[in-house]
Amino acid sequence: MPTYRPGPVSLILAVLVALFLLLPLLAVIPVSLTPSRMLTMPTGELSLRHYRSLIEDPRWLDSILLSIRIGVVSSALSTVLALTFSLGVWMFQPRFTAALVGFVLLPMVVPPVVSAVTLYFLLTSVSGISSFFGYDTWLGVAMAHSVMTVPFATVLILVSLSQLDRRIDLAARGLGASVWERATRVIMPNIKFGIVTAALLSFVLSWEEIGVTLFITSVNAITLPRLMWMGLRDNIDPAIAALSVILIIITVLVLAVRSVVTRRQATP
Amino acid sequence: MRGILSERMGAALLMAPLLLFLVLAYAWPFLGVVKWSFTLPTPGLGQYGALVSDPLVQSVFIRTLRIAAIVTIVSVTAAYAITVVWVRGSPVQRVLAEFCILVPFWISVLTRAFGWVALLSNRGLINTWLQSIGFISEPLTLVRNEFGVIVGMSHFLIPFAVFPLASAMRSLDERVLLAARGLGSSRMRTFWTVFVPMTRSGIIGSAMIVFVFSLGFFVTPAILGGGRSVMIAELIYLRIFQSPDWGLGAAISVVLVVFVGALMALLFRYVKPKQLV
Repeated sequence: MPTYRPGPVSLILAVLVALFLLLPLLAVIPVSLTPSRMLTMPTGELSLRHYRSLIEDPRWLDSILLSIRIGVVSSALSTVLALTFSLGVWMFQPRFTAALVGFVLLPMVVPPVVSAVTLYFLLTSVSGISSFFGYDTWLGVAMAHSVMTVPFATVLILVSLSQLDRRIDLAARGLGASVWERATRVIMPNIKFGIVTAALLSFVLSWEEIGVTLFITSVNAITLPRLMWMGLRDNIDPAIAALSVILIIITVLVLAVRSVVTRRQATP
Repeated sequence: MRGILSERMGAALLMAPLLLFLVLAYAWPFLGVVKWSFTLPTPGLGQYGALVSDPLVQSVFIRTLRIAAIVTIVSVTAAYAITVVWVRGSPVQRVLAEFCILVPFWISVLTRAFGWVALLSNRGLINTWLQSIGFISEPLTLVRNEFGVIVGMSHFLIPFAVFPLASAMRSLDERVLLAARGLGSSRMRTFWTVFVPMTRSGIIGSAMIVFVFSLGFFVTPAILGGGRSVMIAELIYLRIFQSPDWGLGAAISVVLVVFVGALMALLFRYVKPKQLV
């Protein structure tokens, strides 16, 4: 418990920053309730028409389903790749580990727009060979998203492995367990929380990925962020406000549940 | 002997899939982009020459550096103010500060940019309110210009600036602060002459992260700048999809990577990676 507490000046400044952080999230609520077709504040009556158009307009539903499909596939791919790689690093501690991990983290460090150009190059090259795997295909987007999410999944799994007691694995090894048995029956059950977190984070990152997706899709693979982007750039559609309100509510609920769960674990 | 061999095999088999995937899907295509920068539209160094001589490209680079510098100062200052309360406040203050930092952090960049459009546009919350209290008669232009870009980018980057600062403030020794106070130093003086200097590594780390992120930022400037204050990333996008001038887009990408790489190398000379989280 810190004994050196922030004074009144600090508190006032912090409140101003907190307002700045929350204001744009609150501003979408009144906009989502406007009866007008354009982006305005409601001037008297409120309407749910923009929420209804989310359900009635098939484009929104289609893009949501597509984003879920891409998210599931890319999250599964990046979690499996990150898991096997991290197990290799942890169990065998090979030479050049630092360099290899550094290489894996590159897509996280390189400016996203450069990754986007790189993946655009990849998928347009592949398009010539395969029609369902290259530019503007959902599999292509899923693969590109995996490239972007795999460093985050790897970091999370490596962190949970670093908290694992090596003696557990040594005991299993001493008792004659094979590499496969050690990995699947000793190590993985002990880091399952880390694996699940890695898979969830990969899904969320893919679900909201827009920087790369813009470069590798045009008319077929319209993910939810891509559809939002189109609505934001042309004429601003208040349906985006309604969608934003829903996304914000889901985020707040998930964070609230998570903080309750972690508090419970902290105070058994 | 057999044991060592199978050890190596095991490591190789487990690590190979991800390494192979990233070589094929990332490293190799990046080399392709580098090749584009030297071969399109004609082989040679023409695209890099254009980077130096083209006044449009130059003005975009200068604007990007200027916006990144302003965003860095705004974000790190704001993050410092809220991190002090998050790390050192009373339990209730800490929960509230954490909520205000983490909720925006988890909300997508598009939703956040849209929130600023809703606040700052001509018929947005701020203009509507200022007009209704009679403070202004004509709406202020707050978005689709550099002001909107700076506000939106700072909003996005404040949570990222918080983590290195929080790490530095957490590892700070309480007793030094108490000693300063005990020796009669005022609250303000303790803050400026003891607290701030002792969190220097956090400030450097946080500023570098924000600055590097700002250089490659695409979505927020494109939406809140409205095509009027184009930054490097949007220029790359326009060169690839609207001109189409793939060679120049590729050359700008290569320069951006080299520049960011140099900045990161500089960062890690002063700050250990561990101190950033």
